[in-house]
Order: sequence, then C-alpha cells, then structure tokens
Amino acid sequence: MTVQGHNVSLHERARRIRCHALRMGEVQGQGYIAQALDIADVLAVAYFHAMRYRPEDPEWEGRDRFLLSSGHYAIALYAALIEAGLVPEAELETYGFDDSRLPMSGMASYTPGMEMSGGSLGLGLTIAVGRCLGLKRKGSDSFVYTLFSDGELDEGSKWEAMMSATHYKLDNLIAVVDVNNQQADGPSGQMMGFEPLVDKVRSFGWFVQRVDGNDLNAVVAAFDAAKTHEGAVPRMIIADTVMGKGVPFLETRERNHFMRVDANEWKLALAALQDGSRL
Amino acid sequence: MKSTSSTTTPKLRLTTSAMIASIAAEGQPTRPAPFGHALIELARRRPEVVGMTADLGKYTDLHVFAKEFPDRYYQMGMAEQLLFGGASGLAAEGFMPFVTTYAVFASRRAYDFIHQTIAEEDRNVKIACALPGLTSGYGPSHQAAEDLALFRAMPNMTVIDPCDALEIEQVVPAMAAHRGPVYMRLLRGQVPLVLEEYGYKFELGKAKHLRSGDDVLIISSGLLTMRALEAAKKLEADRVGASVLHVPTIKPLDVETIVAACRKPGRAVVVAENHTVIGGLGEAVAAVLMRERVHPAFHMIGLPDEFLAAGALPTLHDRYGISTDAIVSRIKSWL
Repeated sequence: MTVQGHNVSLHERARRIRCHALRMGEVQGQGYIAQALDIADVLAVAYFHAMRYRPEDPEWEGRDRFLLSSGHYAIALYAALIEAGLVPEAELETYGFDDSRLPMSGMASYTPGMEMSGGSLGLGLTIAVGRCLGLKRKGSDSFVYTLFSDGELDEGSKWEAMMSATHYKLDNLIAVVDVNNQQADGPSGQMMGFEPLVDKVRSFGWFVQRVDGNDLNAVVAAFDAAKTHEGAVPRMIIADTVMGKGVPFLETRERNHFMRVDANEWKLALAALQDGSRL
Repeated sequence: MKSTSSTTTPKLRLTTSAMIASIAAEGQPTRPAPFGHALIELARRRPEVVGMTADLGKYTDLHVFAKEFPDRYYQMGMAEQLLFGGASGLAAEGFMPFVTTYAVFASRRAYDFIHQTIAEEDRNVKIACALPGLTSGYGPSHQAAEDLALFRAMPNMTVIDPCDALEIEQVVPAMAAHRGPVYMRLLRGQVPLVLEEYGYKFELGKAKHLRSGDDVLIISSGLLTMRALEAAKKLEADRVGASVLHVPTIKPLDVETIVAACRKPGRAVVVAENHTVIGGLGEAVAAVLMRERVHPAFHMIGLPDEFLAAGALPTLHDRYGISTDAIVSRIKSWL
C-alpha cells in the first residue's frame, strides 16, 4: 500500500484539494468550482482513507475503481488525482487548454485515473454495474465507486442501474450522491422532486446512508460502513453538501450551477482557504 | 399507417403485421440460429466472451448461448441504456461482451450510451441487433430503417451487414478478432443460406464480387445481396448481364474495390440496401464515386424517407421496391 495514511490529516487533504481546484479555476477564469469545493471532503476521504490504488500505476489491477459520472466535476477529481499523486501538480496550469490532459469535462482517454467519460449525465452507474459484474467474474475484491449529483437522478438510466445492482447483488458497488440541491436550471428538488431519496433507494434494496458531506468524521464513518456492511447488496452514500464550501464568500453567493467568480476573487478564495488552514 | 384498399385481400395470407417474420422464401435452404451457434463456438475458444441482452435473448438467438454458458450470460432486463453502459463496464474489465437487442433499440433508445460509453471510450463491445431495416412488419417501432446511417456516423464503430447464415457464422469470429466496437445487423431464426454456392469467405472491410455481368453492377449488402443475386439470375434470363458486388462491411468501406468496379465503362451502378436511402450504403458509395471522379449512371434501391407501413413483409418489400421482382423491374427501367 502506498502512502495514503493519515500522516497528513484529511482536513489538510481536503483543503489542498480545494486549493488545487481553485488554482485550475483561476487558470481558466471559470470552472465548476462550487461543486469542486462542496465535494472536496468526500474526495479526500475516498482517496486518502477508503480507496486502494497505486499512484505510479493508475491501471493497477488491484485498484478500487472510481467512476466520475458527473463529468463537469472533473476539476474536483483532477484536484484529488493531483493530491493523490496520479497527476503532477504542475499540470494544473494546463487545465482546460488545448492538448491538456485535463479537459473541462472528464474523459477516460485523457487523464490517468479517470475511469470513464462523463459529461452526458446518467452514464456512470450503468458502467459501474458492468464493472462490478466484471470484477466479480474475475474474483476481484476491488470496489467500484461512482460519484454523481442529485440532478442526475432525473435520468431514468440511474434507476435501471439501481434495480440491476440489487438484482445482481453488487456488494462491491458504492455509489456516492452529491446532494447540493443545484442543477443547471435551478434547485434540484424544484426541477424534479427526488425526495425522499433514502426511502426510495432503500426500497430498491440498497444499503443507504445519508450524511453531512462536509463533515469529515461523518463521511469517514459512512465509507467505512459502506465497505464493511455485510449484506450482499449495493451501497449508497448520500452526501448533503454546501456549494462553495470552505470559501465563505462563495458559500453565501447566490447559488448557481455554474458559479461566477470574478478575476480578482480566485486569489481571495485561495487566501480564505489558507486562513482556514491556520484555524 | 396510411390507408390502403382492403377490398382485395388475397385468400391466403400467411403473414400479417407480425413482429417476427421469416425472411426465408419457401423451400429455401436455411440454418437455425447461426449467430447463437457461432457465438458458442467462439466462446469455447475465448473465455473472455460473455453474452448480454435486454429481454430479447430468445429473439436474437442468444438463448442458445445462454443455455450453453448460463454463467456467462447477463440478462439486463428491458433496459437498453443499462445494457450498453453495463457492456462498457464489463469490457473495461477485460471481457468481450456480445450484446443483443433489436436494431431500433440500439440505434435509437440507447444511441448516446453506445456513443459515449462504448465508442468514445473505445471499449471492445460487439453489438448484434435483430430486425434490421425492413425485416419486421410491425411498423416503425420495430423497423430499423436508419440504423446503418446512425452507426456509420459514429466514430470508432465498425459496421457490418451480413447477407446470410454462412456469413453470420464467419462474421462472429471476425468481430472478435477486431479489437474495438462493432455493430452487426443480425438475421435470426431460420436464416437463409445463400452464399455457399459462391464459395464465399467473409473478410472484415472487404467487398466481394459474387457474380459478373456487363450491363449493370449491383452493389449491395445484407438481405439485399440475397435479393440482388436472385434479381441477377432473372435478369440473365432476359439477357441483361448483372454483376453483384457484396459489401458486408459498411464501415470501413472497401473504397478500392468499389471504385475499381464502378470504373468499368458502360455499366450502370445500382446500390441496393435494406435501409433508408438516407445515409446508408447508397450515399456512402455515391460520395466515394464523387470524390474519385467516377461518374457512372447511378441508381439507388432502398427504403423511402418515410415511416414505413405495418403489414406482411412480402407486401411491404414489393411496395417499397426491395423484393426481387421489384428490383428486376426497376433495373430494367433504368437500362
């Protein structure tokens, strides 16, 4: 196992993931930064507590798979992959530029550690089902994680995949839903009601936990429980998050799927995170 | 569909607008479930082969594979998006899924899933789809008149339209030998045996001359190659020499062979396909000929750009000009 220990605290990992994401946002002057900030804690726990992988060998057969269904969260995953050592930190300067390995929407062939091409929402959980079936065929004990957001629940394919994951007893599947209650046209629950989400997914036969996705202890406990749950059922962690988390002036900004950040604000946001690290 | 006179109903109607109808003529030699049996043969040699379907195992001949290899068979329920996304995932883990459904559902319902999770990710998934073109009398819900156009347009996708049972048996191992996504139009059930007498051998990406003639060159694929061969025999009896060039691989197209055949002077070119005239083999050949500055008299036989009627296949094939007799009379009218 490589160094993923808690010699650096998860708080610090999450803070650095946020910083990497902000620096990429600054490079382009845009990006889905509010989502990156909200999901940083979940990614810190995934990459520095829960998952098994080798930074020097992104395709190591024994790795846990992480499928980013929400392709627009790529800026967040790149930040985690940089922090985890799969992508060199210097590369964040190329974010979104021509010929970069870090395009604005995540695609499998571009980036080490990017297991699928997202962007068209609703794909990830179906692929994850196939991955889980394949891993079981191989007798692998690896987990398949997939991250998607609440808005993606509007896609019928998500529910097709949920039914099948129970049918095939995919206890190697851990789905993480980012409930930030924001999708392209407005608050997710108002665009298409998805609650009561826990009851719905439980009724599909899943082991479901709902946690504050910005409470690191709660997220750690949820990942631990998801991995160790004894039932032969798929697992879901529903993470309620705050868009812009960690940067106070973004947390309180009017909620928007594609949050506007002015040119001078990237540095201010980074500074806010630096201040946070000294608390 | 639109009303047609029902006052002249023939006494004997063997078929109606059934979803599944045989394309074999009475007395024609056939083989049962060539795809399923070929897949079993392949799977014996290639342990990574798995079968997947969305509630159409019985109707895509995958059921014979399922019976032979129950633990290598995935029933995904009536959910085509899941079917293809799941196939991408299994392929990513090193398996070679052979995935079946009807051509309408793959090309229309699940197009984005095939585009993004299989073609864009370049996964080694083999797609075999029944009821291609006009091989169902059930109406547009089951008539995949546009599947070739849609899959031709998809980067990374290899597209094959086999003619008969013999060819399907040869295509299956060739699909496996090709690394990358492949779409095959599937003829299922009792599938006609046509190409044996021509000593035919399928090669991926190769067009094959099946017979020669000096008056007209018929370039065809799939079911329409069977019709073209029948039409050529009838034309011969009327002293019209018809050459038949079979093009089972729609993409990548065998440009060299097609252009060389079309360069032969004094011969009209007719492209015949079981597909809408938009975006299929006909337009593909036309574009190649324009690019290569080869300009023979050029005609297309295919399905019209309209929602096709429900009805018995022989009726519909006559109506839309893809029956043998309709092909013969149209070609004669063009010469």
